[in-house]
Amino acid sequence: MNILCAGLNHRLAPIEVRERFAVQEGEMNEMLERLRGIEGVSGAVMLSTCNRVELYASSLCPMRALDGFRRILSDRAGQEAPLYHHETPYAVRHLFRVASGLDSMVIGETEILGQVTKAYATAADAGAATRPLHKLFQHAFRVAKSVRTETQITSGPTSIGSVAVELAGKIFGSLEDRRVMILGAGEISERTARSLQSRGVRSVIVSNRTYDRAASLAAEIGGMALHFDHWEKGFSDIDILISSTNAPHMILTPEKLEPLLKMRRGAPLFVIDLAVPRDADPSINEMDGVFLYDIDSLEQIASQSLDIRRQEVDRCESLIEQHVGNFLGWMKSCHGAGSQHFGRKA
Amino acid sequence: MERIALLLAMICYLFSFGHTLFALGAGRFQPGRFNFIAMALGAASQGWYLSMRGSSEHACPIGNLAEILIFLSWSIALIYLVIGPAYRLSLMGAFTAPLVLLLQIVALLLPGETRHGFFRPNPWVETHAALSIVAYGAFGLACVAGLMFLVQEGQLKSRRPALIFHHLPPISILSEAMTRLVWIGFVLLSLSFAAGFIARLAVLGGKFWFSLVIWVFYAALLASAEKGCLSGRRLAIAASSAFLMALILLPVIEKLSVRA
Repeated sequence: MNILCAGLNHRLAPIEVRERFAVQEGEMNEMLERLRGIEGVSGAVMLSTCNRVELYASSLCPMRALDGFRRILSDRAGQEAPLYHHETPYAVRHLFRVASGLDSMVIGETEILGQVTKAYATAADAGAATRPLHKLFQHAFRVAKSVRTETQITSGPTSIGSVAVELAGKIFGSLEDRRVMILGAGEISERTARSLQSRGVRSVIVSNRTYDRAASLAAEIGGMALHFDHWEKGFSDIDILISSTNAPHMILTPEKLEPLLKMRRGAPLFVIDLAVPRDADPSINEMDGVFLYDIDSLEQIASQSLDIRRQEVDRCESLIEQHVGNFLGWMKSCHGAGSQHFGRKA
Repeated sequence: MERIALLLAMICYLFSFGHTLFALGAGRFQPGRFNFIAMALGAASQGWYLSMRGSSEHACPIGNLAEILIFLSWSIALIYLVIGPAYRLSLMGAFTAPLVLLLQIVALLLPGETRHGFFRPNPWVETHAALSIVAYGAFGLACVAGLMFLVQEGQLKSRRPALIFHHLPPISILSEAMTRLVWIGFVLLSLSFAAGFIARLAVLGGKFWFSLVIWVFYAALLASAEKGCLSGRRLAIAASSAFLMALILLPVIEKLSVRA
């Protein structure tokens, strides 16, 4: 028995190609049925996410299984599928790396584990997963857990939105009762506000020079619009200020903030300045209770987290290698006759 | 046996502190039960020592400066064990452990001459002294929360947070914990004063005035915090420096107490 992994991912194919081969949730059972119809394939698990389309199959003739898979994908998309493929032990290692987030576009992201779990559950429910595949995927979940807890591969936020959320969390704790004001209804401030909303922020005030734009964004994200001339009136109640106006001069200066901060009774204020040129005078960060982050400092934290994650890759790889060894040991004990395949490179 | 109890407590606190330092240094700190259990065992060992001392003296074991320091260190550890999990302040143990360890080491270095029969004539004196020390325990933990606040605030202001930033609690939680601890300490100190008045302790001595200054200081601190006149940073600086000052002056108070 051999394990075959074949597919395409974000490194091999751009999104225009990947989207042609993606398998929607509703089509998955039919796809699994077709895959199991390929000669030599005894079991199959299909993983389809925005970054990858992959087949994991247990098969006695991996090359025949690969040809069959290629044919099915090409028929669906109407074009040749640019596939990579691995056999045991490389296929095992590949799945362990995928489940641990090492093969993701953002190293260490954890969403992939949920997607792998779902793909396996779908195959198991459809009766498409054979014993080696059950064992393989359950082992992959253990590997992912162990990599996540024993290394820092998931350490720190890696996007501007997630950095803002983490910082807000370290200032306020729970974000549920926090109020956000957006000054300047740009795309990046909208995304940041949405990230904060995803962590519980309920109240958002949008203020923009063009009131209609403020009203439209407020309606979209379930907030409240405020005329730009009146933004200071809402200041005493807010906790987080996201600023990204097109103003040629700084609109948040110590002189302007000082009287406004007095109304806040010592409550901290988190200022996220996403504008270029900047809206906030850097010296407001020196004021008591004010925490200012501009676009550069947010990006720096995101890249710092990515650096930490990159440094952890070697530790993850060696952990994965141990687990691959364990899994191969199990395979040898169950399928001794097939053990000669293990060292063969795909 | 008394020495063994203290040695056990020291080992536990040292383990708790060392384990956190090592885990943070290796970048593998996980808020877990290890630190909490080590702190709990340390407090239990100190409790064992204090109960042995109490049994042999037939009084609250605060008969000399060494015992007072151990009682204070035990109070801080106990309050941490209650407050830490309630606020999910996992790293607070790492900040508390060196303080309780330091207090105990100093206590071990001091001569242990007990003032026999010091409390026997009046149980209210004993209540007064014990409540004061527990109150200082709460102020001590407020100081720990204040120091954690200042470290975390510094991390946030620097805009280049280090690894410890991810493990420290949010400043709002620390500020809330600090305020509550100061309140607990203040209420206990007030009760201790009441017990002192019932015991008819001298109200004109240096010890009384020193204690009154501390009481007024914390009262003013709480009034300012409740009115919203005090930012988290100022509260942290005030709570930390007040306790450290009181700790430094503790031997002086002890001397005044002996004279009184």
